[in-house]
Amino acid sequence: MKLSSLVVRETSSGKRRFIVSLFFFVFLFTLPFFKSAEFFPIGTNTVYAAEQAAPAETPSAKEEGKSEAKKEVYPPAPKLTESDYPQVKGINGRIMAWLAAQLHLWFAAFVLAVPIFVFVIEAIGMATKDERYDRMAYEFIKVSLTAYSITAVFGGLLVFTLIVFYPDFLKYMAGIFSPTMLAYAFLFFAESACLYIYYYGWHAMEKGTAKWIHLTIGWMLNVVGTVLMFLANAWVTFMMSPHGVDANGVFEGNMWHVIHNHLWNPINLHRVIANVAYGGSVVGAYAAYKFLSARTSEERAHYDWMGYTANFIAISALLPLPFAGYWLTAEIYAYSQQMGITLMGGVFAWLFIIQAVLIGALFLSANYYLWCGMERSKGAVRYTKYIKYIAFVIVGCFLVWFTPHTLIMTPGELKAIGGPYHKYLGPLGIMPAKNTAVNIMLIFTFLSFMLYRRCNKIATVSWAATGNAIQIAIFAAAIINIAVLGVYYGYFTNTVYKVASSVLQVASTLTVIISCMIIDVLMFKGAKEVAPLQWGKMPDRSQYALFLLAVSFTWLMGLMGFIRSAIRQHWHVYTVFRDNSPDAFTPTIGYATKIVSVGVIIFMAIVIFIFWLGQISAKKSVSEAHH
Amino acid sequence: MKTFLKVVIFSVAVILFYAFYANEMIPQVKPAPPPVEAKLDMGSLTMEQFIQMGDTVFHGKGTCELCHNPVGGRAPLLDQVGKVAEERLKDPRYKGKAKTGEEYIRESMVEPSAFVVVGFGVKGTNDAQSPMPVVTSGAIGLKPFEVDAVIAYFQQKAGVTITVQLPKEAPSADDEEKAHVAAPAKSAEEVVNKYGCGACHKIAGQQGALGPDLTKIGAKRNKDYLRRAVIDPNADIAPGFPAGMMPPDFGVKLLAGELEMLVDYMAKSK
Repeated sequence: MKLSSLVVRETSSGKRRFIVSLFFFVFLFTLPFFKSAEFFPIGTNTVYAAEQAAPAETPSAKEEGKSEAKKEVYPPAPKLTESDYPQVKGINGRIMAWLAAQLHLWFAAFVLAVPIFVFVIEAIGMATKDERYDRMAYEFIKVSLTAYSITAVFGGLLVFTLIVFYPDFLKYMAGIFSPTMLAYAFLFFAESACLYIYYYGWHAMEKGTAKWIHLTIGWMLNVVGTVLMFLANAWVTFMMSPHGVDANGVFEGNMWHVIHNHLWNPINLHRVIANVAYGGSVVGAYAAYKFLSARTSEERAHYDWMGYTANFIAISALLPLPFAGYWLTAEIYAYSQQMGITLMGGVFAWLFIIQAVLIGALFLSANYYLWCGMERSKGAVRYTKYIKYIAFVIVGCFLVWFTPHTLIMTPGELKAIGGPYHKYLGPLGIMPAKNTAVNIMLIFTFLSFMLYRRCNKIATVSWAATGNAIQIAIFAAAIINIAVLGVYYGYFTNTVYKVASSVLQVASTLTVIISCMIIDVLMFKGAKEVAPLQWGKMPDRSQYALFLLAVSFTWLMGLMGFIRSAIRQHWHVYTVFRDNSPDAFTPTIGYATKIVSVGVIIFMAIVIFIFWLGQISAKKSVSEAHH
Repeated sequence: MKTFLKVVIFSVAVILFYAFYANEMIPQVKPAPPPVEAKLDMGSLTMEQFIQMGDTVFHGKGTCELCHNPVGGRAPLLDQVGKVAEERLKDPRYKGKAKTGEEYIRESMVEPSAFVVVGFGVKGTNDAQSPMPVVTSGAIGLKPFEVDAVIAYFQQKAGVTITVQLPKEAPSADDEEKAHVAAPAKSAEEVVNKYGCGACHKIAGQQGALGPDLTKIGAKRNKDYLRRAVIDPNADIAPGFPAGMMPPDFGVKLLAGELEMLVDYMAKSK
């Protein structure tokens, strides 16, 4: 049986997806027209600041008709009262909006990311003429296709939820962003068209010029998807760092200003990278599921290779992600120190300890998968002795990252430790220690990858020994540099230098990754293989590392999404539009993580169900192929 | 089907572990509720209460302490700003319009870049631009009488003559609507929330663990003891707790009525 026979052709489900997408498109298309007040009979108690303050019309006011006209078109942010927020018995509006938005975001992140690496893999397949790449790219996009319609469903649910529970907020946002919402609707249509042509035309455009056209459609799909996300990011970041409106929230009329607000670009970058990492992890979970369900060695080999590639994509994007996050946080501080300190030094500070645990789990599972992957090669025996040291360093760094600054202790513990800060562990709780730990963790994860990469190869170039020595020197210099920067500038100078030194630490890590990769590629060009790689020769437990990666990523995204949104505190739009709903309070960590967990369970249930459906339909397809 | 079940069980176990960790291993700090809108009786305000209002604004609504603290080093300390204000006016780098110390402090809150203390400017501006937000707008949104209260608080803290005048007129409706800071608490639970007792103590449904459990304190201590414990926390140290943990200034922070409500509440907690 050939693997290509597993391809499932889903014309009827494709029609269903098209109808769902069309419905969502029509819905989005009508959204901008909600600007008109008659669409919003709810919230009649709403008092606009300008209305409240406006004196009775006077002749002079009439003379100023032109300037007043502008204010009539763009009203200030409304001052709402509790009664302006509709209540539906038995349903909490905030939780409903929270879950709908989060589920939409998880699926959207996945369906935006997959086409990025599908495009790259397809291009590699074209360049190398290796059909395995093409098959794998097709299977990746197939996984994302089902998720695409589910993304649309949750997007629709989110908009309905906002209409029902937050009508005045939606009206205000639509009043400013209606042109972009219209553009969003058109782009969604364009994205659907690109995706369906890309997927359903895959086999029809397999050869020659048609393949180039197909690749171009893939590129267009990515461009449209990315612009879509940037538009949605503009709405979200406007809520955090409003720009282009005055202190009362009156839109000043320049659309570019409200889009290009202070946090727009940092979020754009962070989300693109995070989406790729996330998409890789979910596809990795898919491959793991198929690997565990495989009945032939050929299938195991294929899905092992697919899992490896997905994990490679996830980790490649995970490595620069902390830096993008760091930039985003720095920009939050630059926009508003208050918001920054609320984020890192206030009640949300403890969430970063949970984040540390999750990222620790991500790094450990990714490394564990790489170490298990060494079993595919007979040459790995040269390097397996180093794994225990790498594991030791990574766990040590994880523990530093995980050490909280202040501990809540019982009186006895407090007395035993000698105060709220431990003599030795206390200093590990502050950012310089954590920056040092995370950079070293990244470097050692990269080392794991390098060992994996070379375990089946023997360099044949004459300068191999020199190359190795240079790489070791670069690793050693970077680690010393990171440690010295962390200790000296972190503990013996003031805050300004602490922050500045972290940039140099990041630069050291990037230098290691880039320079050692370049040396490695040159050094192993034309290298001798120890033996053919034995794809499929992986223990089952390694596949659970891929599941751990996907689940941890999903949970982490939910948690960080909550933080990003919650640092606005009791504001719909920070500083200009106050949230006066009964749910405007900031929840405790426990409350928030319960909601996140429920969301992750719903998401994973849908995803695993999709995998299972794929399994059933594949069986049917195999059975038809045998007939 | 077996793989399906295994994967489901594994995924759910991981999710539950994270949820358990976040709920059971991380302290559940209850964030402050959104600012409550309450009416303020300005007519009967004394200078002590006005200074107290400034103290509360500084540590609460004004969010000044987020940066002006000795830990972060993000902004200059303000303990002595009442004294140094006059000196700043003579500084050649000063480019504001203030003529007195009081005006300087007010100006620094509404026009922070008029004078930036060396080393605390926005990076790359050579201390010409301050990172501090204007306190009368945006998320902070202090009212003029709240700014005055903070100035009075600074002057009192620095030990100089308080030049700020008490607000003569009742604030506008809008002021009244938003001025929540100095409103006296109406119940013992409000006192606990207002002064953050629950961050360290178990009291009124809050679960602080740094200080003694106060849920049944009335069974062991009388009112005199409890009153003294609030006003002068180091007078008697509960066994097993180190001295100096509790802030010593609740005696000047709490209004008399609030103190009595709190003491009554604790005495009845048996």
